[in-house]
Amino acid sequence: MRSSLLSRVPILRMGSLLLVTIQVDMHDRLAMTLQDDLTERIVKDRANGVLIDISALDIVDSFIGRMISNTASMARILDARTVVVGMQPAVAITLVELGLTLEGVSTALNVDQGIKLLQCPGKDRDKAKHLSV
Amino acid sequence: MLREINQMNATADDTTVVPLRSDHDVVSLRIMVRECLESFGFGLIEQTKMITATSELARNTVRYGGGGESEVAVVSEDGRRGLRVSFVDHGPGIANVGLALTDGYSTGNGLGLGLSGAKRLADEFDLKTELGQGTTVVITKWKPF
Repeated sequence: MRSSLLSRVPILRMGSLLLVTIQVDMHDRLAMTLQDDLTERIVKDRANGVLIDISALDIVDSFIGRMISNTASMARILDARTVVVGMQPAVAITLVELGLTLEGVSTALNVDQGIKLLQCPGKDRDKAKHLSV
Repeated sequence: MLREINQMNATADDTTVVPLRSDHDVVSLRIMVRECLESFGFGLIEQTKMITATSELARNTVRYGGGGESEVAVVSEDGRRGLRVSFVDHGPGIANVGLALTDGYSTGNGLGLGLSGAKRLADEFDLKTELGQGTTVVITKWKPF
């Protein structure tokens, strides 16, 4: 428990993408550290996409939600797109009731689909979606 | 039989008080509330809503109330049981409760969804505050019949 206070969330590089899997109970300082680390790594690794896997998170409250939104905004300014993957249904339901819409954040159901989303450039994405239906 | 047990427990039984001074305490409280809700047989969605509300209010206690404590209690009323979580601080209090409960209003740098969001997520929400004395927020989640 206490070790999670000192730990950081690891950021993995996969080609031009950065992959973050959040597997610890997020406390506020950890969320802030992750936001800083990610923006730094986007520049350092010249990443053009960020995948944040939150499938292990059992809650997303307004603070973590804001961290995700802010990270996506910062990444966009740094020419990288962010996709949040693996949100649990109960978390999604709670987020909406909380009043958090995660505007500007793309989502996908799992890492595979998230990678596909990041590899499709902006406009073709919607087309690709329509075609697949 | 069930009714008898509930009447016996007419007031709060099983009360636990934990400190709320740091980010770490907020996480510990969330884990404790989840364990209580789980052992009570609450569904996953109800658990998630109550834990999220707990997280918002615990953060308020730490950040705006200058720290305080939380009381987690099993409560019974009219044959139903629930979990009640209180957040007590002796901080500056809230000057304008109506405004504080408005979506998007924040005196800090948050989103202003903490109080109003927690109110929506809990079944019952009660807020008492006095300037210079502190704030107490109590939320309850009832187990559906």
